[in-house]
Amino acid sequence: MIPTAWYLILAATLFVIGGAGVLLRRNVLIVLMSLELMLNSVTINLLAFGHVLQDLRGQIIAIFVIAITAAEVAVALGILVALLRNKNTLEVDELTVLKG
Amino acid sequence: MEREFFLLLSGVATASALLVIVARNPVHSALALVACLVQIAALYVLLGAPFLAVIQIFVYVGAVMVLFLFVIMMLDVRKESKRRYLKHALLPGVVVLVILSGELIVLLTQSTKLHAAMGPGQTITTQPSVEELSLLLFQDFLLPFEVASVILLVALIGAVVLARSEADVTPVRSRKNHGEVRR
Repeated sequence: MIPTAWYLILAATLFVIGGAGVLLRRNVLIVLMSLELMLNSVTINLLAFGHVLQDLRGQIIAIFVIAITAAEVAVALGILVALLRNKNTLEVDELTVLKG
Repeated sequence: MEREFFLLLSGVATASALLVIVARNPVHSALALVACLVQIAALYVLLGAPFLAVIQIFVYVGAVMVLFLFVIMMLDVRKESKRRYLKHALLPGVVVLVILSGELIVLLTQSTKLHAAMGPGQTITTQPSVEELSLLLFQDFLLPFEVASVILLVALIGAVVLARSEADVTPVRSRKNHGEVRR
């Protein structure tokens, strides 16, 4: 059997990589993709603990995470298309409409 | 045998995740993320959650990433590949990431429960079936399930409203005037 800690280490690695994408990249699309990566690493943790503790609730929460992610991506990409129509840019540092 | 599979899948997952954040072209990033998500789905099978693995491939790879690719191909991304990283936020971002990974390493190495978990994992014989999962989902978690469906509906309406172009939204008054009979 695979030690549980291996899953946790993998999830932590993927989380840090996703965080790097969110914090450092300029393109909004890639920031959103990195967000997906971070959500997936959290789901790995949920399933690993659910597997070890023999508790199905881990899988239930993972299903809800996936459903909410689908909703989030639909709204985020809608906002992105509207943004591109108005501002004609995809770079994070040029989106300063809310700046006072 | 399972360990070799785990190492292979996690190695490919980590490599493709790195490719997501270093690729110049957003299309390459999206395809690398598809590869990463498929590896993670295979890991779900190793974790005794085959239903979640199928859901992962259907929803993430089938719906979410195709949506991403559609948006990338709708937009003109050719000029975006000049500078990949934020210039002025590079130093604070790297500092935050170093702190975050340091915290995670401390958490993972100092936890005593984790040392116990480092040993050979216990053999789990009883595999929970999809039937048990569905009973739990539709009995104990019925209200969250319904709330999730309402959230999906609201997100659908919101996405349609946001992505609709301004030209489609003709004012009602002008349409009325147009239809008036002139004397």
